[in-house]
Amino acid sequence: MSTIPPTTRHMLSILVEDRYGELARIVGLFSGRGYNIDSLAVNQSLEPGMSRVVLTTRGDAQVVEQILKQVNKLVRVHKVRHLVGDGHLERELCVATVRASNSRAREELERIIKLTSARVLAFSATAFTVEATGTSSEIEQFIELLRPLGVRDMVRSAPVALSRAGAEGEIHSADTAAE
Amino acid sequence: MQGPRIAIAKSKEPPAPSSARRPPGGASENGQAGAVGAVPGSLGGSAAELPPAPNMRGARIIVEALIKEGVDLIFGYPGGAILHVYDELYKVQDRLRHILVRHEQGAVHAAEGYAQSTGKVGVAMVTSGPGATNVVTGLANALMDSTPIVVISGQVATTLIGNDAFQEADVVGITRPCTKYNYLVKRVEDLAPTIKEAFYLARSGRPGPVLIDIPKDVTAWECPFIWPDKVELASYKPTIKGHPLQVKKAVDLIRQTERAVLYVGGGVVNSGAQPEVLELATRLNLPVTPTLMGLGCFPPTNPQSLGMLGMHGTYTANMAMAKADLIINIGARFDDRVTGRLDKFALNAKKIHVDIDPSNVNKTVNVDVPIVGDAKHVLRQMLDMLPDEPAPARSGWWGELREMQRRYPLRYKDRSDVIMPQKFFEELADLTKGRYICSTDVGQHQMWAAQYYPVDDGRKWLTSGGLGTMGYGLPAAVGAALSGTKDLVLCVTGDGSFQMCIQELATCVQESLNLKILVMNNRFLGMVRQWQELLYDRRYSEVGLKYFPDFVKIAEAYGATGYRAEKPEELRAVLEKGLSTPGTVLMDIIVHKESNVYPMIPGGAAHYEILLGPEDDETPEPRELA
Repeated sequence: MSTIPPTTRHMLSILVEDRYGELARIVGLFSGRGYNIDSLAVNQSLEPGMSRVVLTTRGDAQVVEQILKQVNKLVRVHKVRHLVGDGHLERELCVATVRASNSRAREELERIIKLTSARVLAFSATAFTVEATGTSSEIEQFIELLRPLGVRDMVRSAPVALSRAGAEGEIHSADTAAE
Repeated sequence: MQGPRIAIAKSKEPPAPSSARRPPGGASENGQAGAVGAVPGSLGGSAAELPPAPNMRGARIIVEALIKEGVDLIFGYPGGAILHVYDELYKVQDRLRHILVRHEQGAVHAAEGYAQSTGKVGVAMVTSGPGATNVVTGLANALMDSTPIVVISGQVATTLIGNDAFQEADVVGITRPCTKYNYLVKRVEDLAPTIKEAFYLARSGRPGPVLIDIPKDVTAWECPFIWPDKVELASYKPTIKGHPLQVKKAVDLIRQTERAVLYVGGGVVNSGAQPEVLELATRLNLPVTPTLMGLGCFPPTNPQSLGMLGMHGTYTANMAMAKADLIINIGARFDDRVTGRLDKFALNAKKIHVDIDPSNVNKTVNVDVPIVGDAKHVLRQMLDMLPDEPAPARSGWWGELREMQRRYPLRYKDRSDVIMPQKFFEELADLTKGRYICSTDVGQHQMWAAQYYPVDDGRKWLTSGGLGTMGYGLPAAVGAALSGTKDLVLCVTGDGSFQMCIQELATCVQESLNLKILVMNNRFLGMVRQWQELLYDRRYSEVGLKYFPDFVKIAEAYGATGYRAEKPEELRAVLEKGLSTPGTVLMDIIVHKESNVYPMIPGGAAHYEILLGPEDDETPEPRELA
């Protein structure tokens, strides 16, 4: 961990019991100790009664070590994983509505869709709603490509991440499946 | 994960108690349900569908669960939302004693004093809203000082939660960051397992406060009382034994180094490791310095004791840390009052850190040999690995330390016209020999008590260390005095701190406590004044109490005994008379107004930049030890 340059982005994957107030405990820990959460994604996990929280934060090596220990200390947190390197895959969802009232714009949009593997969700005579998934930087590129067309509205989800198949530290290890 | 549940709570729809039954006719919110549910098992429906255990009301389950946990004493204050439980307490008075305090803050501190002096879990019970918000200070205090307590708070009925109901507050929300864990119990069947788990969490691992918030209707609902045999928490497994390789590394390091110092904190007291600390120190001839929370865990009269460490610790203890080549931290946490400026802290020393809480390791100070585990276990492991060899002489190191002790002992200039505060503590130490339980408040008196009161057992020293809570002293003394101890209990306080929980004098007299309150009265908020004198050019901003009551008359008005000493020649006699008078006695000791606590490491200074008092004509130049 000492090789990580200071105040880089860190992604944590947390397996926590799906109980009243547990998310607040995790989030409160960050605000209470002066750490910032850049993004946060929460949903059910594979284990019944368990939620998977994927969040990104910033800090130097000592801060991240402390965050990991503090989160791990939470009574109902079963597992915390610090996702570093390329052992994991990251995906973020973006939905955007762009203007495309003439054929030139529609052609340009079609080109972007092909390039980014995006998908059309809805359309009207003057606008298209499209979705794309990718890493945070891919999504940023996607938005930049759309921008000249005129983005009317846009929403991004927090990134989620999972260990790559075959990567070290497998996805669901025995200690969490014991329940 | 939150959304849907919050939505349920707001929809005014009561969560369906699956196997639970509400008393016929419904549990009304005005406490009338008591008569209906008074007889356990009388409302269980037909015999065919009766569960194996008879039904019991939630309120009864709570008291039975507490009794099963071995609780025999509760500190509390009743109110609307907790009424059903108080009704049950009335019925079990012979098995579970309740002490009525005069303010909920007093209840929590009393539970803390009970826990700190016995090692058992202290229990407090309060009502919803203001009752629960008044316990927040105590919870934060217990979290900082790792004190095992369980607080049960009433809450408005589940049907009212979220409605801004009378005496409603989001208590689990408010107390989340100042508890080790907390619960809102929404189903009566969850009461028994929750209480079992709460006690387990409070006392295991790094001990701490746990709060259980219980809505009023849950205490009226019924279900069978099933007491779980054990607690299963897959995600909570405190590490008790130290990793053998790390322990071996630590032992090797201690044996290789000459200038080692043993730095011991509250973890030693919590794990009962006093004998192991003494054995390790003896077998390795180590100098020992306790923190404020670790006072008493090494005999202060033992020649290897350097006295207290930290901001107002002894010169020798702090310099030993600065000059050491090895610091062995057992159950302390490199608190800022000990380290001073972090970038100047003990730069020449390797560090071993034994702590049961992994998040304390490398939090502020990077250590060379971290060992996560219980202090007693880890010390036992260390002792078992130590070869049977004579203790090292460490003669050069001890020679240096002895020279520092000789040149810079604790000292002050006594006066004949006024009682010097240090003189008062010296006399108290001389009269008591440190054999009584001593609780303190926060401020100058606390530091002088720490320097002069020769406490020889960590469980006899009750103080608010981490949070520094003025008002802690008197209720904590109440908790200790009610713990069944045969020892006399002293409460050393100041004229500022005492007035923060002064109402608990009523509890003392009500329970006929043999408690001696010593008010070090300098008519100032002394510690703040000291900082203003030294760091703000004597601009005494709001530290002179412009009005101070007659504490002797206050004691008498509450039905206690009061004495006062104003002149040095009265001091000894007043202390002797006060300590030997039975019952609750207050001694108002009028001391010199502007005395300062020395040594002092100013906030933000390095830990070797020690200010000594004016009595030390040759204040040593703080040397760059880096």
